[in-house]
Amino acid sequence: MRPRWPADKLRYRRPSLASRHEGACAAKLNEDPISDLRTYTRRQARSFLGVFVIALLLGGCTGGILDPKGPVGSAQRLILFDALAIMLAVVVPVIVAILAFAWWYRASNSKARYLGDWAYSGRIEFIVWAIPALVIMFLGGIAWISSHDLDPAKALPSKAKPLEVQVVSLDWKWLFIYPEQGVASVNQLVVPAGVPVHFSLTSASVMNAFFVPQLGTMIYTMNGMMTQLNLQADEPGVFHGLSSQYSGDGFSGMAFEVRAVSSGDFDNWIAAARRAGPELDAQSYAMLARQSANVAPFTYRAVGPQLFNSIVTRELPPGPGPDMGKPGANVSPRTGG
Amino acid sequence: MFGKLSWDAIPLDQPIPMATSAVVGAVLLGVLLWVWLKGYVPYLWREWITSVDHKRIGVMYCLLGLVMLVRGFADAIMMRSQQALAFQAPGYLPPEHYDQIFSAHGTIMIFFVAMPLVVGLMNFAVPLQLGVRDVAFPTLNSVSFWLTATGVLLVNLSLVVGEFARTGWLAYPPLSESTYSPGVGVDYYLWSLQIAGVGTLMGGINLATTILKIRAPGMAYMRMPVFCWTALAANLMIIAAFPVLTATFAMLLLDRYLGFHFFTNEAGGNAMMFVNLIWVWGHPEVYILILPAFGVFSEVVSTFSSKPLFGYRSMVAATMAICVLSFFVWLHHFFTMGAGADVNAVFGITSMIIAVPTGVKIFNWLFTMYGGRLRFNVPLLWSLGFMVTFVIGGMTGVLLAVPPADFVLHNSLFLVAHFHNVIIGGVVFGVFAGYTYWFPKAFGFTLDERLGKAAFWCWFLGFYGAFTPLYAVGLLGMTRRMQHYDVAAWHPWLLVAMAGAVLILCGIGFQIAQLVVSIRTREQRRDLTGDPWDGRSLEWVTPSPPPAFNFAVLPDVQGHEAYWGIKQRAIETQHLAEEPDYRPIELPRNSPTGFVTAFFATITGFSLIWHIWWLVVLGLIGAFATFVVFAWRDVPEYEVPAGEVARIDRARRAARAAALADLRKPA
Repeated sequence: MRPRWPADKLRYRRPSLASRHEGACAAKLNEDPISDLRTYTRRQARSFLGVFVIALLLGGCTGGILDPKGPVGSAQRLILFDALAIMLAVVVPVIVAILAFAWWYRASNSKARYLGDWAYSGRIEFIVWAIPALVIMFLGGIAWISSHDLDPAKALPSKAKPLEVQVVSLDWKWLFIYPEQGVASVNQLVVPAGVPVHFSLTSASVMNAFFVPQLGTMIYTMNGMMTQLNLQADEPGVFHGLSSQYSGDGFSGMAFEVRAVSSGDFDNWIAAARRAGPELDAQSYAMLARQSANVAPFTYRAVGPQLFNSIVTRELPPGPGPDMGKPGANVSPRTGG
Repeated sequence: MFGKLSWDAIPLDQPIPMATSAVVGAVLLGVLLWVWLKGYVPYLWREWITSVDHKRIGVMYCLLGLVMLVRGFADAIMMRSQQALAFQAPGYLPPEHYDQIFSAHGTIMIFFVAMPLVVGLMNFAVPLQLGVRDVAFPTLNSVSFWLTATGVLLVNLSLVVGEFARTGWLAYPPLSESTYSPGVGVDYYLWSLQIAGVGTLMGGINLATTILKIRAPGMAYMRMPVFCWTALAANLMIIAAFPVLTATFAMLLLDRYLGFHFFTNEAGGNAMMFVNLIWVWGHPEVYILILPAFGVFSEVVSTFSSKPLFGYRSMVAATMAICVLSFFVWLHHFFTMGAGADVNAVFGITSMIIAVPTGVKIFNWLFTMYGGRLRFNVPLLWSLGFMVTFVIGGMTGVLLAVPPADFVLHNSLFLVAHFHNVIIGGVVFGVFAGYTYWFPKAFGFTLDERLGKAAFWCWFLGFYGAFTPLYAVGLLGMTRRMQHYDVAAWHPWLLVAMAGAVLILCGIGFQIAQLVVSIRTREQRRDLTGDPWDGRSLEWVTPSPPPAFNFAVLPDVQGHEAYWGIKQRAIETQHLAEEPDYRPIELPRNSPTGFVTAFFATITGFSLIWHIWWLVVLGLIGAFATFVVFAWRDVPEYEVPAGEVARIDRARRAARAAALADLRKPA
């Protein structure tokens, strides 16, 4: 019998994640203690200075989708800004007109002309249909072209051969399998910077969505289905990843760390992963598939080549769901581990 | 004997639900006791509970919606405070509780706040605006209302007995399948919505039939007020969309109860089918809510600008265009499912196209104000607040309709901010505009303006305070439904959002104060003429509150803006139209059918949730027996004698004549 989810036992793994990835943002994966100290004080300042955060949001190093670190996210930010600018060109005048008309035609304003029966003008009707229609034709064009350009399944243009990563969402952690390297990791994704990554994704149990805001496009993971995604980190850095599709009680603990490293560091990491950790086979997978949350990252030294396929084809049974705990399993099973 | 039900179902170890339900229970008991001691029970039974009068049912729908608004808002403020606290900390709500709260918040706000309020306004105003005596099927109307009340009761019962769903408000499988949600939470969710959904569907049939078949003489389609058009569109959409919801939930229920495999992970089930089906209902649903709100704004902007609505035919065309288009956009709720680029692009563009008729509506309200004489009463303030807020919400909506933009914004708090922007800024503001606008018609006195304005400003600024930070934090990559997080950049925004929610709370406080103060000072704020806003449509012909039969003689509609025409003729000729020939009026008899049916539906729903099979059978038999008794009834409807009709209408005419004389004096 596994323990319930007592609030006091929640392990907050990586409390320093935020500060670390912000530090990385400024100093690119700098591990030296002085820079750590510097980022610590900066974080303190930030939590109290909302104004500073606004300034950061507008252009700075914020770790969100407006601070992309790869080609997909950059293209998406451009689309966001373009579409916003086009619409603001109409929306701002409309808001001004609403306020201006309302003010000028107030009943107490004797200078305003009263047109008590005026209710139709063919010319204005034409214009009010034309303006939104034109805007939408324009935006529709953007939507059509960009949907095809940024289709998640479309390979990124690059000379480098894409790295293959297979992603499995479990209750409630992420499994990243490197089929070509034969290793796997949990809640930690290490990729070489400047190299496109081709993800194949599925879920061991319920729906989740794989999302690294600074790299761009998220995609659902679904049991018995495989989705595809292509992303790339342009430069080394540490990024925050999370599940962006609610998946149950442990959902909030599904954050993971993405480390984009130089190709040399990537090879080192693979080599290190091959040396340590357990092996991932059907049996250890069954253990992993049981519900648990806030799992600290670790690696598997070896993975069977067919494991991902057997999950997608449901050859390996889906995750088992909650343990029946108190009070009254039928009523309100407590979950977690 | 009692299925899964046992004492374990009462969450005695959890102080928050226990304390809440104790308070709610005490208040409820207090109200019931007060009603009983004062001897109001027979009055309530006779005049309200068994009433089949569309006005009374409309009022009860609105009351239900307003009470549940408080409940839904309590959930909201708990969520905001949890997220304000849960930065690198567990907060005060453990996940299994927090997850119930956001699921209940969404479910309650859409199904048991927005729907009852919108349906209530339509129920109240549409027959009056059409110039008729009631809806097409008055007793069915009562059944619809009471089945909605059953849904409300079951949802609230889950607070004390058992648990609510921990799946989000749409209960996506496989999470909502019994493997991953073995508790009764999802069953509470499903059965309360199934039962309420039946009520909504019957209500939709009722109102659509009324608008299509029962209108005053001369009330051609193109003479109907725009609110009636939007009501027609919304009810046609209910008829088309709600069966999909019922069927989808039925499939999930089969999975959960009888081991079927529609959406399971085993035996070829496919959860994507559920996601598609639920949004085939879900997207039209948001237009079911917003279209009547658009109708309210059309009435309010025109009335308080003292001008006819600009571009009536455009408005009608835009309404019907939205009605049809809304069925072709559902996939934009899951662009990130991995459908191909063509599919995503097509649904992105159809979603954007809806912005065209919506934009036309905004422009038409704008030009309705042009050349007007604007009176800044509370309903107009809500409308102006809506126009400003809704164009922003519309803009972020079109942004989300661009698939690659949605790829980074889907499920984020940016999305949450967007739909609250259109639902609060659109539906809620619209409902509040309608509430203040029609309140004097329903009760015969106006609501306090000063408190109403205070409420408006708190809501308006509170909305921006609560949701602008969510747009920002969404751009920072925060996803929805997080019980805790450890990203420092998110935290300040969530603190600001919390403050905004508190401001909205002040708005709700002012609204309650407004109601209390207005009731206490009602003698000074009587609406004697029945036309407090210088209205333009037929509901203002009747006295406030209108008699059970609405109109002594059905009005003869001569053109667009029926009442405005009548009023202008009276002013021109300096006297009212000739007194008509009064005749007795036949009205439907009150019936407890709705209440009794809902009683049995509650029993059936509750026992289905807890697997008490014998009680299920009993409940079903009871409900069916009620139907049989009603269907085979053999009692004549009752008649209001001609003398009574004449007396009521002469009083109304006297008030109108006095008002006309007043109008003449300064000239």
